Amino acid sequence: MSTAIITPTESSTHPTAGKYLSFLLGNESYGIDVLKIREIIRMVDITSVPQMPAYIKGVINLRGKIIPVVDLRIRFGFPNCETTERTCIVVVQVRSPLNITIQMGLIVDAVEEVLNIVAGDLEETPDFGTQLDTEYLTGMAKVKGRVTSLLDIDRVIIS
Amino acid sequence: MTTTNYMEVSCRIEKLAMEMVFTQPGKDDGLLPINSLLSEIEDSFSTQPVPEPIAQAVGLARKWVDAALEEGFFSTDCLARLSTWNQWMQRALQTSAELPLPPFPPIFTVVASTQVPNPAPETLPSVEPLPVSLDLAENADLLREFIGEAREHLQEIEMGVLSLEDKPKDEHTLHSIFRGFHSLKGGSGFLNLGPMNRLAHELESLLELARQHKLDITSDHIDVILAGADALKKFMAAVERQVEGSEPPHPISMPIAALVARITDVVQGGSGEPDQESGSATSSSAQITPETNSELPSPEPHPEKRNDSAAEQEAPEQRSIRGSVKVDTGKLDSLIDLVGEMVVAQAQVLEDPALAKLESQQLARNLSHLRRISNDLQRISMSLRMVPIRSTFHKMTRLVRDLSAKAGKLVELRLSGEETELDRNIIEELSDPLVHMIRNSVDHGIEKPEVRVARGKPARGEIRLRARHEGGNVVIEITDDGAGINAERVLAKARERGIIEPNAELTEKEIFALLFAPGFSTAESITDISGRGVGMDVVKRNVDKLRGKIEIESVPQRGSTFTIYLPLTLAIIDGLLVSVGRERFILPTLSVRESFRPTADMISSVCGRGEMVTVRGQIRPLLRLHQYFNLQPDTTDPTQAIVIVVQSEGQDRCLLVDRLLAKQEVVIKGLGETFKNSRGLTGAAILGDGRVGLILDVNSLVALKDSASLQE
Repeated sequence: MSTAIITPTESSTHPTAGKYLSFLLGNESYGIDVLKIREIIRMVDITSVPQMPAYIKGVINLRGKIIPVVDLRIRFGFPNCETTERTCIVVVQVRSPLNITIQMGLIVDAVEEVLNIVAGDLEETPDFGTQLDTEYLTGMAKVKGRVTSLLDIDRVIIS
Repeated sequence: MTTTNYMEVSCRIEKLAMEMVFTQPGKDDGLLPINSLLSEIEDSFSTQPVPEPIAQAVGLARKWVDAALEEGFFSTDCLARLSTWNQWMQRALQTSAELPLPPFPPIFTVVASTQVPNPAPETLPSVEPLPVSLDLAENADLLREFIGEAREHLQEIEMGVLSLEDKPKDEHTLHSIFRGFHSLKGGSGFLNLGPMNRLAHELESLLELARQHKLDITSDHIDVILAGADALKKFMAAVERQVEGSEPPHPISMPIAALVARITDVVQGGSGEPDQESGSATSSSAQITPETNSELPSPEPHPEKRNDSAAEQEAPEQRSIRGSVKVDTGKLDSLIDLVGEMVVAQAQVLEDPALAKLESQQLARNLSHLRRISNDLQRISMSLRMVPIRSTFHKMTRLVRDLSAKAGKLVELRLSGEETELDRNIIEELSDPLVHMIRNSVDHGIEKPEVRVARGKPARGEIRLRARHEGGNVVIEITDDGAGINAERVLAKARERGIIEPNAELTEKEIFALLFAPGFSTAESITDISGRGVGMDVVKRNVDKLRGKIEIESVPQRGSTFTIYLPLTLAIIDGLLVSVGRERFILPTLSVRESFRPTADMISSVCGRGEMVTVRGQIRPLLRLHQYFNLQPDTTDPTQAIVIVVQSEGQDRCLLVDRLLAKQEVVIKGLGETFKNSRGLTGAAILGDGRVGLILDVNSLVALKDSASLQE
């Protein structure tokens, strides 16, 4: 896959409505606000950093900058984490609690498309009770008959 | 005033402000509501004691409103006064109890003095200006720019003033200081930094007199200018903290009354006989005083303006001829990153086997041309971060001046090699250690004048601060001709403090090294300047952090020399590339003592766990990197692997790695927030193949104490 840079677009009235990049983890669809995304790169060699939790895969060289890479599949407890042709790294930019901008790579199984999610597509995150922690989700969107979980990526990364 | 009372009043003042909107000159719109609001304010004051100026102000307003009531309409004059009055009251009420009240604006002090005898104009200079609130939303960018400018101006002023001490009549220096204050005044006026503007104006006036040869600069003047520059610096620092967001926005107060009084004082005292011109200059500044407290920037007095434009015309010629561009350091770093990346990418292309198969002379020529260009580009991009150490050295001049005066000593600081260039980051980090060491030299090194004379030395002591390049390093030397270090006293103190064993035998070098031990101080009395037992250990730590080292030489009665060796830049280290399994790590070459493949009889262990290597008869603990980092090694047999002996702070430790790969210079990059807690690593570097290699932190690896943690 070639490198793609996604330009920011304006979001519509509903706070969570707007453009989302949808991607796959296993066979589930997830979305991240495109404004948070810097670029998407193919899978590269990752230098692992010792003494880190398993989901922090290590660091990569992004045009001279060293950025950490998180495997979202391990982060969310998916069992199968093989690297395929479609596996890629989504580079996001988030703000840490200390108000420092950090770039970070997220390993996902496949990137799908940019979805334009309007207020009508959105639904509140259902309550799964204790069996599922939904604090990383800002909502669920139903687009083209599929459900996409919208991620609060700042939370995923900072916690 | 009680709080409820205060709330009531300020609420009414606000209402009054709203009523003011409807007023028009020559009409009575709003007159009655304003009258009744004023009465309510008077009522609430009648039950409570209020600060005198507020009571006076309310009295004034009452007079104006009564006059308007009599005439049946507001006059233009009266409305102007009331609106100024209203603003003044709002500010006066915001001023908390501890702060002095704002001075009366001229518009009603002038009127007031005709109506009621009001002492306000005379007391004006001693009244502090209002704290300044920054308009960050509007002016953040301008402020940021101004902060940078102000810093440069203040530095130039300080350097200039110090050289005035030797050459008080030097026209060029006087001009440059004058210009500095003038620019500060202009900028602060534009940005509504009232007190700063006021102070800069006063100092500018002082220098204007000196420029016109109406005032001879003495050390009194220099003290006052320096004090003024300090106050401005402090104020700008506070502004900077808010602009950069490290402090929440709040009004910044700047006490200048005492300084302004001092300036007026030295100007009058210094000019000797009452000089016609200087008298008028002082009074003109006094007229401006009230203006600076109002919302508008102070208008500049006319005659000065002519001089300034003349001064500014000659300015460009006197500045650096080649000129320079200010660049955001973030951009600079990105540029350096990208150039480094380009060099890596180029190497990948050049080493591509497909390319090697092509036999084209043209291609080979073009490629070598490309390589030359990129090498030049890399060299220049690295040099962009290099700045001369001059400004840091000049700060020390000031320091020595202040310290020696405080300690009652005569000390002269001689600088050389100020042009020596160093990485900007190193220079920033170097400032604190230098301050500590200069302090030490003044406080412990140089003796009092009478002692020096008794010892047959000149009464004036000398400290030399020198910088130079030496074999890829920068060497900074601080030499004093003072008492030298008393090795016996150091030793006795170290024993007393329990830093060393009572019976330990130490060489002179080792004794001097004790000075860097935490909690060590040999000063006989704890002074204001140094001798609190912090300092030299901090110096050592800072120098270590910069990957440098520090050495001491000293001869009793003759003086001491502290020598700091620093790398040219923090960005590059000479590293040893090693591999453990499929991971590669970089060890700073400076901390590597030796490496070898051990034989079986060199390895021994305690209780089957704590492993040791015997190196030339000395036993060193062995740390298997693959165990510590939990990696899959090529071999677990030490005799098939490599032992590297590393050293940190005099301690050795052996590291077991699979292979030595290469020795190469690498550009150091931080690992960032995510990995700030990882032990054993200091950073990362991009290796020749574009992958990331991790740089090992030898200090923390050596410091790992208990063998249990080693075996984890």
